Amino acid sequence: MDKILKILSEDSNLTYKELAAMLGEPEDYVEKQIKQYEKDGIIKGYQAVIDYDKVKDAEATAYIELTVTPEKDTGFDKIAKEIMGFEEVESVYLMAGSYDLLVSVKGENVTEIAMFVARKLSTISSVVATNTRFKLKTYKEGGIEFNSEEEADDKRSIIL
Amino acid sequence: MIDYDKVLNEKIKEVKPSGIRKFFDIASEMDNVISLSIGEPDFKTPWHVREEGIKSLRLGNTKYTSNKGLTELRQEICKYYSRRFNVEYNGQDNCLVTVGGSEAIDLAMRTLINEGDEVLIPEPSFVCYVPLVQMADGIPVVVETRQEDNFKLMPELLEKAITPRSKILVLPYPNNPTGAIMERKDLEKIAEVVKKHNLFVISDEIYAELTYNGKGHVSFAEIDNMQERTIVISGFSKSYSMTGWRLGYSLAPKPLTDAMTKLHQFGIMSAPTTAQYAAIEALKHGDKDIADMRDEYNMRRRLVVKKFNDMGLSCFEPEGAFYAFPCIKSTGLSSDEFCVRLLKSKSVAVVPGSAFGESGEGFVRVSYSFSVKHIMEALNRIEEFLGEIK
Repeated sequence: MDKILKILSEDSNLTYKELAAMLGEPEDYVEKQIKQYEKDGIIKGYQAVIDYDKVKDAEATAYIELTVTPEKDTGFDKIAKEIMGFEEVESVYLMAGSYDLLVSVKGENVTEIAMFVARKLSTISSVVATNTRFKLKTYKEGGIEFNSEEEADDKRSIIL
Repeated sequence: MIDYDKVLNEKIKEVKPSGIRKFFDIASEMDNVISLSIGEPDFKTPWHVREEGIKSLRLGNTKYTSNKGLTELRQEICKYYSRRFNVEYNGQDNCLVTVGGSEAIDLAMRTLINEGDEVLIPEPSFVCYVPLVQMADGIPVVVETRQEDNFKLMPELLEKAITPRSKILVLPYPNNPTGAIMERKDLEKIAEVVKKHNLFVISDEIYAELTYNGKGHVSFAEIDNMQERTIVISGFSKSYSMTGWRLGYSLAPKPLTDAMTKLHQFGIMSAPTTAQYAAIEALKHGDKDIADMRDEYNMRRRLVVKKFNDMGLSCFEPEGAFYAFPCIKSTGLSSDEFCVRLLKSKSVAVVPGSAFGESGEGFVRVSYSFSVKHIMEALNRIEEFLGEIK
């Protein structure tokens, strides 16, 4: 993978100038590359990594495993697209293994998510089964550890 | 009441406490200090290496090893030096596994020095050489290195420091704190001086895996006819991020290895067994880990150097280790003043260059063994500080 993508995936806050210095490349080259990645849809966006456990009135998150019946010509794509359309849905992945689609959903609370699953997901005709799992706590996301007490703890001691 | 001053050995009383230590005592009493001062990798030891250590414990390999270290480890060390640096050693005769590179430096000094022998030490350099020479009854003789020479050891300055009593030259490259490296042509010139004056060389190559700009490390033992008069010191701490495992080694001619082994066997017995098993794995399958860490350091290195030069502190391009050594003379402050004021007003810790010898005055050591985010925060505060003291 291109180093620009690797660095940005860890910290998208760096300026072109800083990225150029890190990579030992000219600034305009870096800018051009990033613009190209954006244009090609390789870079989809830039978001903050938020520790929702610390945010008041934070939303609840659930991961729902869906077993679906694929359609003859379109396979899983059509049903995935239909599910993507709900604003509650954050991500949709096609999985290998004992179920087909993994859908993450955010809602104001657990009840709201449960109702969403019961009323909107389960009622789609090709959905055969659902298995809803609620997230209790985030330990690590996007490569960032969330445990605040250990976050700042550099275990290296001062030796010489 | 016992007068402990009378009990203590005279030489240990003369040994000065580390200048780095003194500075950290101030830092340790402050809150929220953001540090660019630690001389230790920030990566964890690669998982497969840790796993081998754990496995050796599970199998109950918890006894001493042979004094020199596990036979397989010594063989792997020699294979590694041959593969990476083109120098041939025999695991049985030439290799001693030690408790970190530092033990090997101590052993080498005590094995070679007779009372009054002079040991040439380029400075700025790591703080252990002078005290270890003093304790071994030797006389440390400092050879200055300068920014205008990219902190390389210059043959003319070395020649000037040589007397009939000169016996040993320490070659600390890639260098802590300057980040300087010695390329083949530089080493060849030093080799001529070494030969002319019949010197012995302790080549501290602990940062050998951390060189940049495609300039690989050249071992002093690889230079023509130098292997027979060189003790190579290295270890696992910096290259594999294994500082806490305490494992290093020396590579030297047999009679020296035998003599060092005597000291080691009486003082230490053998290096930590768990660490030795893990190190075998590191040597066999750790090349990619080294390359990945080097890549990451390299990005930070370029960022740090660029930032310092942009903020008006001239910083020569370090091509080894994980330190930058910017010049702070333009601020009109001494290294000590600069660091103390920076610490007190911005809670950023960097190390005064003067802690690494007088020729480090006017510089500060900045370690980039920290995440980019951490480095950026510290550099931004340094920039603010520079604005305020103008």
